[in-house]
Amino acid sequence: MSTTATRVIVTDDSSSKRRLLRKQRPELVSRPGQRQRARRETAAGYAFLVPWLVGFFGLTLVPMAYSLYLSFTSYNIFSPPKWIGLDNYVRLFTADPNFMQSAQITLIYVLVGTPISLLAALAVAMLLNYRDKGAAFFRSAFYAPSLIGGSVSVAIVWRAMFNTDGPVDNGLNVLGIDLGGWIGQPGLILPMMILLSVWQFGSTMVIFLAGLKQVPKELYEAAEMDGANAWRRFRAVTVPLLSPVIFFNLLLGLIGAFQVFASAYIISNGTGGPAGMTNFITVYLYKTGFADGRMGYAAAIAWVLLVVVAIIAFILFRTQKSWVHYSGDNR
Amino acid sequence: MTISSSSPNALVQLENQVDPDPKTSPRRRVKRKTWQTVVWFIALITITAVVLYPLVWLFVSTFKPNSEFGQNQGLIPNSPTLDNYAKVMEGIAGVPMGQFFWNSFVLAALSVVGTVISSALAAYAFARLQFKGLGVLFAAMIGTLLLPFHVVIIPQYILFNNLGLVDTFVPLLLPKFLATEAFFVFLLVQFIRQMPRDMDEAAKIDGAGHFRVFWSIILPLIRPALITCAIFSFIWAWNDFLGPLLYLTSPENYPLPIALRLYNDQTSSSDYGATVTASFVALLPILLFFIVFQRFLVDGVATQGLKG
Repeated sequence: MSTTATRVIVTDDSSSKRRLLRKQRPELVSRPGQRQRARRETAAGYAFLVPWLVGFFGLTLVPMAYSLYLSFTSYNIFSPPKWIGLDNYVRLFTADPNFMQSAQITLIYVLVGTPISLLAALAVAMLLNYRDKGAAFFRSAFYAPSLIGGSVSVAIVWRAMFNTDGPVDNGLNVLGIDLGGWIGQPGLILPMMILLSVWQFGSTMVIFLAGLKQVPKELYEAAEMDGANAWRRFRAVTVPLLSPVIFFNLLLGLIGAFQVFASAYIISNGTGGPAGMTNFITVYLYKTGFADGRMGYAAAIAWVLLVVVAIIAFILFRTQKSWVHYSGDNR
Repeated sequence: MTISSSSPNALVQLENQVDPDPKTSPRRRVKRKTWQTVVWFIALITITAVVLYPLVWLFVSTFKPNSEFGQNQGLIPNSPTLDNYAKVMEGIAGVPMGQFFWNSFVLAALSVVGTVISSALAAYAFARLQFKGLGVLFAAMIGTLLLPFHVVIIPQYILFNNLGLVDTFVPLLLPKFLATEAFFVFLLVQFIRQMPRDMDEAAKIDGAGHFRVFWSIILPLIRPALITCAIFSFIWAWNDFLGPLLYLTSPENYPLPIALRLYNDQTSSSDYGATVTASFVALLPILLFFIVFQRFLVDGVATQGLKG
């Protein structure tokens, strides 16, 4: 990009400046016809981008702006939107206990579930990294759940397994623990949802494993020679060298967790229950906008979600410098 | 290297080379290694059992007659039956199961076509062409990677509703043909950037235009990445729940996930067997896909950081 810009500066073919530059930095000097080529390349670039540009503007950017507008209105699809200023937002935060609960359980789900998933993924990745032989099989077996985890089928299975008299409940009964099923219990349904998300650790684990393979073995050997124990080697070698991967997984894990929908919807039969404990922000948004037809209010919920995700991403990017190390080689 | 028996010094030297620590003789180290491997295997097999249990339970339960749910605590059905499959194949709400399957298949297959074409075009522009605005647009593309999809569903719904396209497949397929899933664009950009430029330079000198370079050189080179994109877009479209839930209203248009919801709502209290079996049938193509293509899937994730 920058080279294109430099190329255009030098245009006069006969100037002595140009001849001088040609001797010193030949790569910066455009040959005759280069400007035309650059123009053709721009045209080609935009031609290739046509589908993406239409999608970006038509289905992402303009809709975003429109939903921001809608969030300041009262709108039910049938009559035109009515401007009500900040009313929707004020109501969300002061007069809507359902939203406050929804925000709370979503945050718990995100802030508890994501670190646990990440730790499980990292632990299993380190276990798999110990030995290559046979590891490929386990790697694939652990990956399968993350491919199907968000599907309705899995939500139905999960519901059957954790229901009263389901295998999990019965298994716990054998151990003398009688919980009476997890599905109907306000106190147990959120832990169950977190378990479901942890069960899908496979994709994160595969990324960690790829990262671990990049860590030079000599570093561990050197640390061992210096008398570092396993924990010290993990802290001083694994974590710093893996920090870009940890950052990546943490960012995508947090953002993905905010958007959990299908499993919560199916497990609660679309109600968000019991006692609103599966009424995640996306479920609440769906119910408000599409079941109750309060599109303006739902748009406000969507924007609160966007802002929270943006803040978390911003904080992560800002703190990145202090704990994420990009080494010169390979990355 | 050969070690003659007449020079024991060489042997000592060699042993020191192999193992600088005199406390652990080679034999003891091998023994420790074997032990560690055994523990390693046991740990991983335990994790495998826990992780795959729900899937095994699902499969086995499809053979349980209704009366056994809640009664038979064990994994194995007491009197295995195929009744559940017969019931599921009849379908629900007057629509045969085959129709739901077909709808899912059409949606997933067209999603693959749309995603692969539009994402590859965009990725070529981002990865290989130099033009004004590239930086800003690329940043915007990365930004949509992090954007919660829910922010645009309300305006998108209003748009498609005004166009009279609700209860058609268009709202579900059009975004795929417009490369709105930034993951795929990003994955292909990363892949194209790794490809050496020699071949496209040579083709350009021979007078090939950009489309020619894209079609005849880049596309064949990035085939593994295209396959990864195709498999993922198929699976994601197959599993998609929110999109069809929003846009499809008549049962004959339902793909499997929405049909499953009907089973779940209408029959879960009375007919566990049918619900569980329908879930398994819906999952079966994905599981088969996974078994056949797992190398592409897992490697695709490993190299590009794509999420399942």
